[in-house]
Amino acid sequence: MPLDLICPAGSLVSLKTAIDHGADAVYMGFRDNTNARAFPGLNFDEAQAAEGLRYAHERGRRVLLALNTYPQSDTWQRWTGAVDRAAKLGIDAVILADPGLMRYAVRQYPQLRLHLSVQGSATSYEAVNFYREHFGIQRAVLPRVLSLPQVENVVKHTDVEIELFGFGGLCVMVEGRCLLSSYCTGESPNSAGVCSPPKAVQWMDTPTGLESRLNGVLLDRYGKNEKAGYPTLCKGRFEVGGETYYAIEEPTSLNTLDLLPEMLKIGIAAIKIEGRQRSPAYVAQVTKVWRAAIDAVKENAAGFKPTPAWQAELNKLSEGQSHTLGAYHRPWK
Amino acid sequence: MNLSLGPLLYYWSRDDVLAFYDEAKHWPVTRVYLGESVCSRRHLLRLPDWLTLAEQLAAAGKEAVLSSQTLIESESDLKTLRRIVGDGRFLVEANEWGAVRLLSEAGVPFVAGPTLNVYNPETLEVLAGLGAQRWLPPVETSRAALASLLERAPAGMETEVFAYGRLPLAYSARCFTARHYNLPKDDCQFRCLDHPDGLPLATREGTPFLTLNGIQTQSAGIYNLIGELPALRELGIASLRLSPQSRHMGRVVDAFQAALAGEGNAADALARIMPGPPVDGYWHGHAGLEYSPESAF
Repeated sequence: MPLDLICPAGSLVSLKTAIDHGADAVYMGFRDNTNARAFPGLNFDEAQAAEGLRYAHERGRRVLLALNTYPQSDTWQRWTGAVDRAAKLGIDAVILADPGLMRYAVRQYPQLRLHLSVQGSATSYEAVNFYREHFGIQRAVLPRVLSLPQVENVVKHTDVEIELFGFGGLCVMVEGRCLLSSYCTGESPNSAGVCSPPKAVQWMDTPTGLESRLNGVLLDRYGKNEKAGYPTLCKGRFEVGGETYYAIEEPTSLNTLDLLPEMLKIGIAAIKIEGRQRSPAYVAQVTKVWRAAIDAVKENAAGFKPTPAWQAELNKLSEGQSHTLGAYHRPWK
Repeated sequence: MNLSLGPLLYYWSRDDVLAFYDEAKHWPVTRVYLGESVCSRRHLLRLPDWLTLAEQLAAAGKEAVLSSQTLIESESDLKTLRRIVGDGRFLVEANEWGAVRLLSEAGVPFVAGPTLNVYNPETLEVLAGLGAQRWLPPVETSRAALASLLERAPAGMETEVFAYGRLPLAYSARCFTARHYNLPKDDCQFRCLDHPDGLPLATREGTPFLTLNGIQTQSAGIYNLIGELPALRELGIASLRLSPQSRHMGRVVDAFQAALAGEGNAADALARIMPGPPVDGYWHGHAGLEYSPESAF
């Protein structure tokens, strides 16, 4: 079925919550840096993963496992060990970014379904088809940088199922091609599974306002009435040419609800909700809205219009309480 | 160990580009990477112009390599990529995996660029099997991580390390230079031309932090491994990549050449002409913006 709803499971509670509220599949990670949300207190050990799988499979849903950081040479076995565990557990698909690891997975477990992670940075059908030919990937998650016509062009030229991000945090950079976090803190999504890691964050109350710093670098300073968000590096305010502004990206979230009819039309296989680091309550609310919306668009694509109630609900959950259609629709183009 | 002149990452006038490569013919670099690898809107030199430059540099005894675009978005980007691969006269640097597909289908050897994200020997082996003869680690790779990878590198694979210049850190579909001028990307008025070394970005307390270069974001600090030649030699690195800057590039190349020849004051000579604060944190396994002065000799 097109437009499968893929929801984030940062914990067993979130996994069950997502399933209960209508996710077709959930995605999770193991409790180490083999995935791009390697945050303390998040993710699954083997027993929890087994329990999550049982819960999902009993209800006819699927569990995907993100192994989407790049294996480091001296700890290669951590990543192959994770592939081994995924195969043993009966995970429905592993989401990989590294070609070396894909080769390992396909050689050891030819039956294991492979998805290309957004961290693989594939933005063209030539790149997507490369992974198809060499490793038999069945689905690719595209970076949040293409417009919908560009996405459509990819879909037209490949047999690989295409998955898009629909809601949640917005990377303005091509995923897998951003080292800003390691430049500032030493840890990047590629090599450490984190962006702007919490341990590098400092909040300081100063006479000129509340300051957020990342490894000592001033990311922003907030006035009395300004709401301070999580200090993600690219969403800070900086000085360029004598002006201080959000030089890279505003602190907004991605929300593509309006684009659902078009996504259905061009044959998008699945919509991914970002946010394994968010609470079970968040997962419940977002899953509920997106389930209703996807059901509605499948029922009647021509007459589809997001309800004000859905948008209000999603806006409440958005970073900076505002949202954008991202690159899919390019107001800035 | 020899020197490579990396691809020009900025947008310069046609005359400036031609003058730059005219000088480069006389610099002690073994190879020169050419072509537009950052933004498809930059058009003052088109592919035929780059091919002409490649011929001229080859005639001057340089190995000319064509660098492919890092972020491929449109069918027209793919068309350019196919023409680069199809020309067949020059080695190509693949900067994303679509280019790897086309080059391996064509059955030609290629250079695996730094944005292919090779972090382990298994992935390097995949690339070797497809025709890569030379590769660059991601710029965030530390000396220790590189040493560990090279212990099991495929036989005959040549390693090139980004050794000088502002670090290319991120790519976006969005143009941050156009954003600065409140212009839409499709009508950017080519403002990158006004910033031959990118647009400096500082924190709100005035500390230089990053450099905006159209859709690419670079470091503000200048990565410089001139003090690390013994370590680079020990690792068996084949080449050092020096990234073009608008001023004094010939002197940068000369400084590295002098350092390779064992001249002790080369690092000091380089320090005097660097257009920004030095950084080398990545090499030492730290945050990229850090600098360890004791590592310079």
